[in-house]
Amino acid sequence: MFNIERWKEIFQSIQKNKLRTILSGTTVSLGILIFIVLFGLGEGLKNSYSDLFLRQANNVLFLYPGKTTKPYGGFKTNRRIEFDNSDISDIRNNFSDRIELINPTIRYGDLIRYKLESYDFSIIAVSPSNQYIEGNVLMKGRYINEKDINNKSKVVVIGRIVARDIFKTEEPIGKFINIGSRTYKVVGVFQDLDGDNQESFLYIPYTTRQQILMGSDKVGNISLTFDEKLGGSGALKLENEIKTFLKKKKSIDPSDPSGIRTRNVADELDRSMQFAGALQIIVAFVGIGTLIAGIIGISNIMVFIVKERTKELGVRKALGAKPSEIIKMILTESIFITSISGFLGMALGITFLNTVDKGLQDYFITRPEVGLSTAFFATIVLIIFGVIAGYIPAKRAAKIKPIVALNDE
Amino acid sequence: MIEINKLHKSYDMGSSSLHVLKGINFCVDDGELVAIMGSSGSGKSTLLNILGMLDSADNGTYDLDKIRIENLDENTAAEYRNKFLGFVFQSFNLINYKNALENVALPLYYQGIPRKVRQKTALSFLEKVGLKDWAAHLPSELSGGQKQRVAIARALASKPKVLLADEPTGALDSNTSIEVMALIQQINNEGKTILVVTHEHDIAKMCKRIVHLKDGIIVEDKKIKQNILKNV
Ligand SMILES: Nc1ncnc2c1ncn2[C@@H]1O[C@H](COP(=O)(O)OP(=O)(O)O)[C@@H](O)[C@H]1O
Ligand SMILES: [Mg+2]
Repeated sequence: MFNIERWKEIFQSIQKNKLRTILSGTTVSLGILIFIVLFGLGEGLKNSYSDLFLRQANNVLFLYPGKTTKPYGGFKTNRRIEFDNSDISDIRNNFSDRIELINPTIRYGDLIRYKLESYDFSIIAVSPSNQYIEGNVLMKGRYINEKDINNKSKVVVIGRIVARDIFKTEEPIGKFINIGSRTYKVVGVFQDLDGDNQESFLYIPYTTRQQILMGSDKVGNISLTFDEKLGGSGALKLENEIKTFLKKKKSIDPSDPSGIRTRNVADELDRSMQFAGALQIIVAFVGIGTLIAGIIGISNIMVFIVKERTKELGVRKALGAKPSEIIKMILTESIFITSISGFLGMALGITFLNTVDKGLQDYFITRPEVGLSTAFFATIVLIIFGVIAGYIPAKRAAKIKPIVALNDE
Repeated sequence: MIEINKLHKSYDMGSSSLHVLKGINFCVDDGELVAIMGSSGSGKSTLLNILGMLDSADNGTYDLDKIRIENLDENTAAEYRNKFLGFVFQSFNLINYKNALENVALPLYYQGIPRKVRQKTALSFLEKVGLKDWAAHLPSELSGGQKQRVAIARALASKPKVLLADEPTGALDSNTSIEVMALIQQINNEGKTILVVTHEHDIAKMCKRIVHLKDGIIVEDKKIKQNILKNV
């Protein structure tokens, strides 16, 4: 294999036929480059999906009250269902073996004022568990705590966008803002990696809200977290059990799809990851397509190269080149060019992915990258096919009679 | 040196076949300078190519230096071509991306001779054809006569038993043709057996013997008084 003389012959042939070398080299480089970039972007897409769900708790179940669509237990259809404090304690008591946190929420709108300006943001009355469930990250101060719940304190935790709009450069912590006719003290500012939307809320203790509503015990939605060990199917089972329990308690037809609705993040995560996985498979297919295009490209070029060199090969044969010598010459040249340009394309692809790394977050692509082993594998595959692509015409060229080759124009 | 007997060759032309050589018998002794004459299409090149093992005959025998040339596999044929034969073509057939020296050294590469020795030998042959100073030039930088002299140097480099030249002056003007023929005479005088295919009478007369081919057979084969050229 390693024959200095042959390598010298090959280097000369490569050097003296630059166009040919560049042509075939570029095809291979491009094939690998595109494959790696596409594969990396697909990976980035998948990363975005998994990050999205990692930023908030996955073991979360949301319960929403709705309107019934079937008459049941003496009630008419179209009855509005509402949750209240007793539902919270009932769920906690009946499912304590599997439930960890439980968070009643009441969302409402009201006039928000600071100094002379008024603002339009959503207000949600929550419990301390809300921080974990929504994945809020504190930037300043503190979150709603148990003491606030017990004391029905008039405190508010605001999102980053809210703080920016209301306080500009001012320090928000310790300032007082008006919500409706009451005054609240800002105790914390949070951010949320899920985006601006999630940072445009004001959170107050839910008990404070209930007190304002004349001691109402109603709550809006309920979110709760469960033991992560339950897994996907355990979560689904819990979801159904709680639903059944609440339907029974509130006299809703067990077969009514609408009285109480639920959302299970674990289940959603599963489906989204499946979607991302499918996307990646599609992207990988396109990538493999470009690889195949690269292989076809290199095959054509090899056929062309050998055709172009037929006369030269005839001369070499007349001078005493053995067929094996001809094959080895063409093949080594093809392996050499394919390897160099293959690894070049690979390096370019990886460099490209590293360069655009942060820049593509707006396009829902995070950490686009290709495992080194995948990159190597693709490159090696292309090289192997390059060799096969070179071997077939080389073998044919080695076989033709020298006189035929010499007469080739 | 060369002995052929009842040599036949046809070309397949799809439905029909073209019978080009119809039983050629002839011998060439060591040190001869033979012109193979005949009109265009008479089969001169076909004969030379068979002698050069670039093509094979359909029938008949061919002995080269008492070695029977038949049913050669490609590797043996390559070895024989390299050791026994030197080719000179009408169109030179130099490798365009190699300079004069590298072209001359190529047959030695296929003999497995180390680079240094190869270059030294090649240079001495270039010197012999008067082109030592042109060693580093590419074929495109050489005149027709110079190219043919490089080709002759290349054909001689592997020290073959026989030199086969197919219309070596066919692409050259008359002055250059004479230069090349003078070189061929000089090499023949040093003892090399040479066969020259030509359709020109005055070129044939510079050889020592003329074999006349017509319609696939030898119609005339005679020793002549050689028109000896002054060394240029
Ligand atoms: N490869 C080939 N296939 C078919 N016919 C050929 C081939 N080579 C030569 N011929 C035919 O054989 C005849 C002899 O050709 P050739 O030996 O080249 O003649 P010459 O060299 O005397 O001009 C010509 O009629 C030519 O057309
Ligand atoms: Mg001819």
